[in-house]
Amino acid sequence: MIALAVNRLSKEFGGVVAVAELSFTIEAGRIHSIIGPNGAGKTTLFNLITGLYAPTAGRIEFAGEDVTALPPVERAMRGMARTFQNLQIFFNMTALENVMAGRHLHIDTRLLPSLLRLPSVTRANRAARATARELMVSVGLESYLDADADAMPYGALKRLEIARALAADPKLLLLDEPAAGLNPKETSEIDALIQRIAAGGTTVVLVEHDMKLVMGVSDHILVLDHGRRLAEGTASEVRADPAVIRAYLGAGAHAA
Amino acid sequence: MDEARSRWVGLAALAAIIAVLPLLLPNNFYFDVAVKIGLNAIVCVGLNLLIGYAGQISLGHAGFFALGAYASALLTRRVGLPAPLAMLAGAAAIGLLAFVVARPILRLRGHYLAMATLGLGIIISIVLNRELDVTGGPDGTSVPAFGLGEWRITRVSDWYWVVGGALLLTVWLSLNVIDSAVGRALRALHGSEIAATTIGIDTARYKARIFVVSAVIASLAGSLFAHAERFVTPIEAGFLRSIEFVTMVVLGGMASTFGAVVGAAILTALPQALAGFHDYKHVALGGILIGVMIFMPRGLVPTLSQMLGRRTR
Repeated sequence: MIALAVNRLSKEFGGVVAVAELSFTIEAGRIHSIIGPNGAGKTTLFNLITGLYAPTAGRIEFAGEDVTALPPVERAMRGMARTFQNLQIFFNMTALENVMAGRHLHIDTRLLPSLLRLPSVTRANRAARATARELMVSVGLESYLDADADAMPYGALKRLEIARALAADPKLLLLDEPAAGLNPKETSEIDALIQRIAAGGTTVVLVEHDMKLVMGVSDHILVLDHGRRLAEGTASEVRADPAVIRAYLGAGAHAA
Repeated sequence: MDEARSRWVGLAALAAIIAVLPLLLPNNFYFDVAVKIGLNAIVCVGLNLLIGYAGQISLGHAGFFALGAYASALLTRRVGLPAPLAMLAGAAAIGLLAFVVARPILRLRGHYLAMATLGLGIIISIVLNRELDVTGGPDGTSVPAFGLGEWRITRVSDWYWVVGGALLLTVWLSLNVIDSAVGRALRALHGSEIAATTIGIDTARYKARIFVVSAVIASLAGSLFAHAERFVTPIEAGFLRSIEFVTMVVLGGMASTFGAVVGAAILTALPQALAGFHDYKHVALGGILIGVMIFMPRGLVPTLSQMLGRRTR
């Protein structure tokens, strides 16, 4: 089944082409990586997929539906969630509340019952808190259950963003450099976490510079260069592709 | 749960203060100051939801306060509605007005939002000043006593209990909404609007919602004010009043419901307490404000509660 289909997608910023006539599809329930040198258009592509940017041309289909013109909120409602390369944590909340906020689409948000704290709201709060605790434990943040977000280290915040995104029960999870700035031990934890997420039936799209992580975890890899598709395939196919070696890994290099 | 307990501790403490305070108030002048503190605190608790939690500035909330006051004055005096009904009708109309202006205004951010809300307040102020036939113009208008049928509230000590009860209710509502999905959505869009949209929070809708809530609260407080004072002038809609409300919220501590109450209490009572300084009153007041903001930039209640090693909301 196709989770995401991108068709001749382009994005220009005042004449600078960030993504150029890009087409690819993403299989549901698998782990896909998008790699490429800095400036290849990876984060721009994420912003296009999640609706933060409007494309200059082209079309995005999510679970068979054309979502090209939909705002980010509508795409979230349909089951997209993401993390950010530059952290977008709610630093004015506790870690747990960050994840509870991620339950937004699955919780009672009526204003009057919330003001009056009706029993339904108390119950919804309790359920959201329980789910958020479970998620924090599952991403390895059990020691931060009572922490304020602004008192947490970088590596923990990266995982907090993943927990918050997972709280939305997404069909498609886009991870923008989840291992950036992490030590090898933390990276291997992220690796295991991504595999568990995919095993749970969520389609994962990964943008990442850590080639060991990418090569180890991905079912499918798309290589971008200057906003265009350079190569596509499994880890071994991509690793053997002469164009990839030339443009990305450097002439004469062999990937780890 | 810890959080649930701190809610009730805070509410109980506020209730206790409201219950005991009359024993310490020597005469009606002090009761009048207490009533004004309570009304300002109600506005500030509502405004804090918008400024402190959702992170959206408004320099026009005195306009909603004044509209509530005038709605009560005119609907009771000219139309003959019973006071409670006039108050609710006014709040409904002002809620509608806030809803209509919220979407276009809250698209703006930062300084531009400040300018737009400032403009809204000024427009309201001008209308109240100029529509002499309706509002009585700059001279203001008298307001009948609050009542229903034969029953009337006239004594300032009675008003004390009405306003005290209304303040407790407002604080309770505020604490409720903060600790709900709605409150988390507001804090989320304050923390990162981009992240909020990607977890499905319709940020424009939530900004509008809380703008309306805070405007309705200001309007209801304005209605009570009009009946308590028995007189209202367009000064209540003035720019300075709006600034006063914002200053109270910031002084007490943004994103702290009890901070809004403390800020309102201090900035309402302090000018009275500093009356002895005569001409230097405003200098002293300004000095205190500057001092607090330098040494406690997060506001009184958050800073002090952190010193005590506890988080409060």
